[in-house]
Amino acid sequence: MKKMKLVMVGNGMAGVRTLEELLKIAPDLYDITVFGAEPHPNYNRILLSPVLAGEQTIDEIILNPLSWYEEHGIRLHLGKKVVEVDRRRRIVRAADGTEEEYDRLLIATGSNPFILPVPGKELDGVIAYRDIADTNTMIEAAEKYKHAVVIGGGLLGLEAANGLMLRGMQVSVVHIMPWLMERQLDDVAGKLLQKSLEDRGLKFLIGAQTQALVGGQDGRVMAVQFKDGSEIPADLVVMAAGIRPNTELAEKIGLHCNRGIVVSDTMQTVTDPRIYAVGECAAHRGIAYGLVAPLFEQGKVCATHLAEFGIGRYTGSQTSTKLKVTGIDLFSAGDFMGGKDCEEIVMSDPFGGVYKKLVIKDDKLVGACLYGDTVDGSWYFKLLREGRTIGDIRDKLMFGESNIGDVGHEGHHKAAAMADSDEVCGCNGVTKGTICKAIKDKGLFTLDEVRKHTKASASCGSCTGLVEQLLMFTAGGDYSKAPTKKAMCGCTDASHQEAREAIKADHLLTIPDVYKRLGWRTPNGCASCRPAINYYLISTWPKEAKDDPQSRYINERSHANIQKDGTYSVIPRMWGGETTADELRRIADAVDKYKIPTVKVTGGQRIDLLGVKKEDLTAVWKDIGMPSGHAYAKALRTVKTCVGSEWCRFGTQDSTQMGKDLERALWRMYAPHKVKLAVSGCPRNCAEAGIKDVGVIGVDSGWELYVAGNGGIKTEVAQFFVKVKTAAEVLEYAGAFLQLYREEGWYLERTCHWVGRVGLDYVKKKVLEDHALRKSLWERLQFSLDGEPDPWFEFDKAAVDTRQFNAVGAL
Amino acid sequence: MATWKTICKVADIPVLGARRVARPAGMPVAVFRNAEDKVFALLDRCPHKGGPLSQGIVFGESVACPLHNWTIGLADGCAKAPDEGCTQRFAVKVGADGSVALDADELATLALDATPPKAGPGATTGALGDATFEVQAPHTA
Repeated sequence: MKKMKLVMVGNGMAGVRTLEELLKIAPDLYDITVFGAEPHPNYNRILLSPVLAGEQTIDEIILNPLSWYEEHGIRLHLGKKVVEVDRRRRIVRAADGTEEEYDRLLIATGSNPFILPVPGKELDGVIAYRDIADTNTMIEAAEKYKHAVVIGGGLLGLEAANGLMLRGMQVSVVHIMPWLMERQLDDVAGKLLQKSLEDRGLKFLIGAQTQALVGGQDGRVMAVQFKDGSEIPADLVVMAAGIRPNTELAEKIGLHCNRGIVVSDTMQTVTDPRIYAVGECAAHRGIAYGLVAPLFEQGKVCATHLAEFGIGRYTGSQTSTKLKVTGIDLFSAGDFMGGKDCEEIVMSDPFGGVYKKLVIKDDKLVGACLYGDTVDGSWYFKLLREGRTIGDIRDKLMFGESNIGDVGHEGHHKAAAMADSDEVCGCNGVTKGTICKAIKDKGLFTLDEVRKHTKASASCGSCTGLVEQLLMFTAGGDYSKAPTKKAMCGCTDASHQEAREAIKADHLLTIPDVYKRLGWRTPNGCASCRPAINYYLISTWPKEAKDDPQSRYINERSHANIQKDGTYSVIPRMWGGETTADELRRIADAVDKYKIPTVKVTGGQRIDLLGVKKEDLTAVWKDIGMPSGHAYAKALRTVKTCVGSEWCRFGTQDSTQMGKDLERALWRMYAPHKVKLAVSGCPRNCAEAGIKDVGVIGVDSGWELYVAGNGGIKTEVAQFFVKVKTAAEVLEYAGAFLQLYREEGWYLERTCHWVGRVGLDYVKKKVLEDHALRKSLWERLQFSLDGEPDPWFEFDKAAVDTRQFNAVGAL
Repeated sequence: MATWKTICKVADIPVLGARRVARPAGMPVAVFRNAEDKVFALLDRCPHKGGPLSQGIVFGESVACPLHNWTIGLADGCAKAPDEGCTQRFAVKVGADGSVALDADELATLALDATPPKAGPGATTGALGDATFEVQAPHTA
């Protein structure tokens, strides 16, 4: 079959990223031709500032070397500017006469700097700041001349000014607005920034209006003149007063433009569906984005359409900003100015150089402006994008999430302060140096890419915040992608929520039905989505949907916990942590008979037999004769108890009996993730109920219930939920809470994450205030669990494939 | 000429699953069956840390290792990028009657030196008595 022809005009980051995405999913669909006006292959434009500042070289910021184009069979026309497109005959023509035919045309011409319309703007030594050529001009000028003037105190202008200053020039920044970076910072942060830059040696003319550029005899600029008649010397003038989408070609060929080439949610131009536009030149829902993260999202959507999958839609992005001036930390996102109907939380320490402002509207975080301490920037940005209500965490909001967990990286929380040899990811032993090198060498831009290539933050995730910081420092810009809606995995664009909703709404009962209904790209999913869908099916339609063992992780297929050498661990259930001489004797006999190497007491008040061979599992279960502890499953694990009023001189309630009753009511309960309970008989809380999914504490007048605690990566103290009087109520309230989690939680979300996502108020409304709903949730849970088999004994009913315990074709 | 040794029927392998084939010498071989009833055979040892691939989740023409979720191609035995490494492949013949056969010579000769990963007492190094131990726990000095 003859391939279709795809021509791309513009060879920048957004366009080339689109091609990369396209090549990933449809490598052989198109013959691809690229026109680039610059004589360079695709480079990281965001990193021009570090190049100017002498911190990186041009070579280091090349993203796709010429060999990349060759490898993918892409015809590359460098240094050729496209001047004409014949849309009827579908031919693209460059200034030098080169012609290419197309079936699909992708316009990614980026943007042009805005040049102030003042006399003298064409003088020698007056430049914009946009590309490698401009950067080189500045570097050369810095060697010969002394006085530089940067017009524009925005992001780009300040980066240029800082770079020129580091190269030895005396730099003045002219800014017409009342404070620096007014589009990203409020007045307080803007002034803090100005002071800090002044301390470094930059001069500022705030509010000054440029009237003319004055030239010398040699035709080179020599001064900048202002409205009030004053002048300052200038051998180099950098115009950094903003950018405009480059729509020159688009307008010439009749595409509808309105502050950018107008595109639909599929990134197609509204004028001609054969023509797509992405990047800074495109206007989507009235916005032309200038930051890399949204542009990459556009690229991804565009690629799926070019690949004829036709599934993704781009619905716009929220953006955040970070300044790439070494040693200055600032971050802003959303509506950071606030105003009418907004509330502000402000923390200001001008002498310490720290300022934080959070803007809240209708109980949601709508904007953030941070100066001096931006550790929690990505967390605020996440809250902002998710639009979750913050009422329940409002008092802690200002102090941040310390989303950078507390274990695994020696308590570091500022990536910049770490040495290259310091370990960032304690799970996989990845150092800061390794991560930074991978980001540079492999051109990584997103957290997911770093996870894939280095494994950092890919296991427990507690170092995610640090890795995000390293991405910001090393690759520049805003890379904390993750839009509100996140696809489950690479097999689909559907989110966990969409999958759950579709299964419920359309009464879907099998995995293939779900894949068909939601347009999965792969025939049978992957190891990430299939277990999730299997869980959603059986939890949404108990007794109807059939469990598929081949879509479960090995532990839930073999009903034991796989160890690093391929043997298994066996943990029998001990109700409420109580056992008997008989049980202990049977366990001891099994340990001897099957030569089990390690016997360990667990934190959940049970006994773990480690190193059981797979072929011995069924015999060990039978010999021990105790129920499955489900210690291997995303299910109810243990109910930990203290001895309670039966023995303890302080005990107020029979916590052991309560624990046993809870465990008997809830065992065999599969859930989005593991579930742990504890019951203490008095507030001394010896069962450690404060870090459990459901913690129950007996007091003289009844029982207190706490929910959504977690003792894992990041210790989460359980939150008070309700106080009840009777044991029956404990069962009903705890059960209803867990059933809501089972029905609405996303796969692999612990209760603390789920409650964090939906808010405790929401859960309280459903379980505490709505009595009818609580009763029906509790009934639904009992219905689900009624007659569920013990997988260690009822193999058929539990769909345990016993063939797995034997090898085939013994030789 | 290969000597084919019949191992089992295709139906003996779960769809999107695997069985283990024990060998007189060397580590077992895993035989996989995907949704299209294609059968593949690999040494039951992930190139990463030796995990038993036969216990992984099978999808498309890949298996996810149960230990650290590396994705291994069933056809070539190699890890999917960016991970690197391959495990030994074995030739498979599926007969018209649905019998699955492996090459006896390959079973007898390939990857005999591959060792299974170790766990349990004495399996890990660099703990007690190690030079770094005193630094971690000075009170033992």
